[in-house]
Amino acid sequence: MAAFFSPFISKPDTVAQIMLRVMLALLPGIAMYVWYFGPAILVSIALASVTALATEAAMLKLRNRPVAPFLQDNSALLTGWLLALSIPPLAPWWLIVVGTAFAISISKHLYGGLGNNPFNPAMIGFAVLIVSFPAQMTHWLTPHGLGQVELGFLDQLRYTFLGSLPPGVTLDAITMATPLDTLKTRLHLDESVKQIFDMPIYGRLAGQGSEMVSLGFLAGGLYLIAARIITWHVPVAYLGALFATAGIFHLTDPAHYVTPLFHWFSGAAMLGAFFILTDPVTSPTTNKGKLIFAAGAGLLTYLIRAFGGFPDGIAFATLLMNICVPLIVLYTQPKVFGKKHPSGKNGGAQ
Amino acid sequence: MLEALLVMSLIALALGAVLGYSAIKFRVEGNPLADKVDALLPQTQCGQCGYPGCRPYADAIVSGEADINLCPPGGEEGIQKLADLLGVEFKPFGAGAEPKPKAVAFIDENTCIGCTLCLQACPVDAIMGAAKQMHTIIASECTGCELCVAPCPVDCISMVTISENVENWKWKYPVYALKSVPPETTSRTPV
Amino acid sequence: MRTLFKFHGGVHPPGNKAQSTQQPTAVAPIPAKLVIPFRQHAGEAAKPVVQVGDHVLKGQLIGEPAGFISSAIHAPTSGTITAIDIQPVAHPSGLPDLCATLIPDGRDEWVERKPTDYRTLPADELRHLLRMSGIVGLGGAVFPSDVKLRPLRDHPNKDIGTLILNGAECEPWITCDDMLMRERAAEIVQGAEMLRSMLGSREVLIGIEDNKPEAIAAMRLAVADSGLPFEVVAVPTIYPGGSAKQLIRVLTGLEVPSGKLPTDIGVQCFNVATVYSAWRAVAHGEPLISRVVTVTGNVARPRNYEALIGTPLTDLIALGEPLPDTDGYIMGGPMMGTPLPSTSVPLVKAGNCIIAGSKKLFPPPPPALPCIRCTRCAQACPADLQPMDLYWFSQSKNFGQAQAFSLFDCIECGACSYVCPSHIPLVQYFRFSKSEIRMREQEKQAADRARERHEYREFRIEREKQEKAERLAAKEKAAAAAKPVEPPVVATNPDAAPENTAQMKIQAAIEHAKEQAAAIKPKNTENLSAEQLAEIAEIEARRARIRETAKSDVEPPKE
Repeated sequence: MAAFFSPFISKPDTVAQIMLRVMLALLPGIAMYVWYFGPAILVSIALASVTALATEAAMLKLRNRPVAPFLQDNSALLTGWLLALSIPPLAPWWLIVVGTAFAISISKHLYGGLGNNPFNPAMIGFAVLIVSFPAQMTHWLTPHGLGQVELGFLDQLRYTFLGSLPPGVTLDAITMATPLDTLKTRLHLDESVKQIFDMPIYGRLAGQGSEMVSLGFLAGGLYLIAARIITWHVPVAYLGALFATAGIFHLTDPAHYVTPLFHWFSGAAMLGAFFILTDPVTSPTTNKGKLIFAAGAGLLTYLIRAFGGFPDGIAFATLLMNICVPLIVLYTQPKVFGKKHPSGKNGGAQ
Repeated sequence: MLEALLVMSLIALALGAVLGYSAIKFRVEGNPLADKVDALLPQTQCGQCGYPGCRPYADAIVSGEADINLCPPGGEEGIQKLADLLGVEFKPFGAGAEPKPKAVAFIDENTCIGCTLCLQACPVDAIMGAAKQMHTIIASECTGCELCVAPCPVDCISMVTISENVENWKWKYPVYALKSVPPETTSRTPV
Repeated sequence: MRTLFKFHGGVHPPGNKAQSTQQPTAVAPIPAKLVIPFRQHAGEAAKPVVQVGDHVLKGQLIGEPAGFISSAIHAPTSGTITAIDIQPVAHPSGLPDLCATLIPDGRDEWVERKPTDYRTLPADELRHLLRMSGIVGLGGAVFPSDVKLRPLRDHPNKDIGTLILNGAECEPWITCDDMLMRERAAEIVQGAEMLRSMLGSREVLIGIEDNKPEAIAAMRLAVADSGLPFEVVAVPTIYPGGSAKQLIRVLTGLEVPSGKLPTDIGVQCFNVATVYSAWRAVAHGEPLISRVVTVTGNVARPRNYEALIGTPLTDLIALGEPLPDTDGYIMGGPMMGTPLPSTSVPLVKAGNCIIAGSKKLFPPPPPALPCIRCTRCAQACPADLQPMDLYWFSQSKNFGQAQAFSLFDCIECGACSYVCPSHIPLVQYFRFSKSEIRMREQEKQAADRARERHEYREFRIEREKQEKAERLAAKEKAAAAAKPVEPPVVATNPDAAPENTAQMKIQAAIEHAKEQAAAIKPKNTENLSAEQLAEIAEIEARRARIRETAKSDVEPPKE
């Protein structure tokens, strides 16, 4: 009975629990990742977690905020995990550390901390890394059974922390361009989609291995919707817009434009649809707004993938749409009970 | 070269014409800014600012004669609003000019001699009475300016602070448990 | 079967209603002392019409309505008024208010009751009767019922087609309406027919949440017995389904327009307990002096009691036998109730429930974290508001924007705070903003009025000066015309003389006043009748009280 005003009861939900359940929902995808690409991803997730917590604590101290309650809210951890899942798992240790530290300190705390950042911190971290260290950001691991050499866990650790590979092994031997990247490069060389897809790195839906990771994220995302942690609006609008745009191009010229399903299960589409674009802080609060926001991101993702300079477009699509959020929210205010017009823009004072 | 100069001059001329025309066409009578300033003042007409009422003070602020921190009844919030309207820095009250709690005048009916001096002093006609008749304050119209206190020859007027009661009580700002920032750094956030 | 509608949002807090419905309503004993506040209803407080020392009978008027929206207050039992003063009351501010203290004589002797057949009275006389019987909305808002029954001002000929009886009782823990419907259904139905005839409604709907099957069955039976064409509708259990606007929406599909009243869409809504009290007032001549109140929570014997208004809550709580770990009390439900400043406050007409709290039942909320805009509050809001935006504007005191985003459509149900994972006291921010905006509007109006009065005064002074000057000029002119060659009289400074006399007069008056003040004993008090003495005493007492009230140095009680 410590509350001084009603209501005196509340649902047991907490921010920490919500974040924790989002992290749980990432586990199927991570399991697939480990299965197909080896345990390197676990190292980068651990690195990202430690960096995220340390940066968060340091920033809270600097900003004169209580440290304990915010460290326990799991939001920094989630940011770290999402960033780790977006960048190549086999990377020098400083890459993930720099990215995570930038994401937490600059794009989260300099804007006022939890709940106040206009941009998705994980995507800001990704954008900074891909602009600053483009070479390291292309060293994606080859899935099991496709590479010439496969590194053991200890070798991977040695590369991450010491930067040395076993004798006789080159970086090219253990890494490859992503299926999306390969597709783009080969299409530029005037090869047809059909020819390209005969390459061994392509599986049934999209990239060998990576399609399974995407399926893992899809499963986790469906759990989030079922557990009412996110609403259906963002994933449906995002995947719908991506499917529709890709579908139109595919129908006009199947030789040069891949199927919509390929886009769904390539790159970070599933991760973005269920875990990144759904970040409550940086996405619109209205249901209509969520649809517009996610559809815009879907469209931008396709445009960047098909015509832009980067192989995948989730990060920049998310950041571009983040900019529009306040405007989208202002124009999509729902109708208030007993009012004819929505509040906000058109409503005005009574 | 010549064309460029010509074009630029033409544009300058055209814009100048537009500006000149609108200066005449949309000319505003009176001083709208003084009206806006006056609207922000609490209208106690108390003269604590050194001007004979709220409107003269508003005029003085607009003409740059007076500072914005001279109105104690308006409180710090009043200064903040004036600062926002005029686009100037917030200025705290000078020493001895801090706002007092709101009060209304109260006439002790036993001592009042009916001299009408307070009637003449009241800037808002909030005192009722006539010569040799007992006076009384119309409490709902009293602005608490204290101008009637000094003229009273028998000192029968006192200022009664309006204390919080069930009718004028307000809900408080919820205490935010997580703010460990000292209050003086946060209190000056613009409204 | 009636098609029911839905409103947006809502929450499902645990009901906790079974505890207090195991036993029938009991009559609480008459306490040793009753404290009856004069402000128990929305609007103006009632004006005391009894004096200290008066002996009053049960049901006797002790406070008369003062103002259009006001209601009467009655003595709950017979006894002696021992004080009329400022006492602690159950108000969210914890501030005390004017109350009468009544020491019962134990005889519980009724004032003469006049049962009336409502069919024989015109509607306006019935409304007056309800007003003088102190009938107010017992659902929580305590709005005077007579005001809700007056004909429509804008469309006097348009009738209120639908009368809704609100038996939803959506707040957890509270069961007083439930028990009343189970036990006194017949009288509620009679009362409903009375109100229906006053409003001229064609349709009467009785909305009861489907978690009260016994109440629904009892009301259905009573309606069938009466032969009246009323419809008892079981509405889905969802909080805040008992809010008038939301219940109207569920039952009729109509939305009460923002800032308007239900009557604007031809609907009127009364709580079942209000209807019952109105019936008792008219058919039995019994004013509102008692109500059913739920005593529940952390108590050994949760139960409903019919208790006299003014009963100290300590007495009621003692009946429920609070458990040792009880650490506070709530009046009302856990969603919208107020914490009690102390248990010595009296039961009022709005008091539907007293919940004993403990750390286990109502754990202290964890510290509030920043809003993460998860929109759970928007999903729960029954008024389709965006609480996270309103919170943003309220906490930064951006009141203009808060109002533009429909802050005043918030019904303060607490659903948003209930679901908030950051445990932000959202409703508290909204209450703060609302009362701040209201206060500012009042200040603005006062300032505008002061400006107007000041300007008029300036104008008047100017006019008087001018008139004086004109008069003088005319006089001089006339004088000049009459005696053109008379040389001016050399007087001893004509201006100074009147001023001097005025000053002398003032001086004399001051001395007179001083003399009066010195002679403490007032004049002409020797040969007065007892009546005159009493009158003087009363006037003096009133003066003292006014000064006291104005100063009001009474400390708010602290627990």
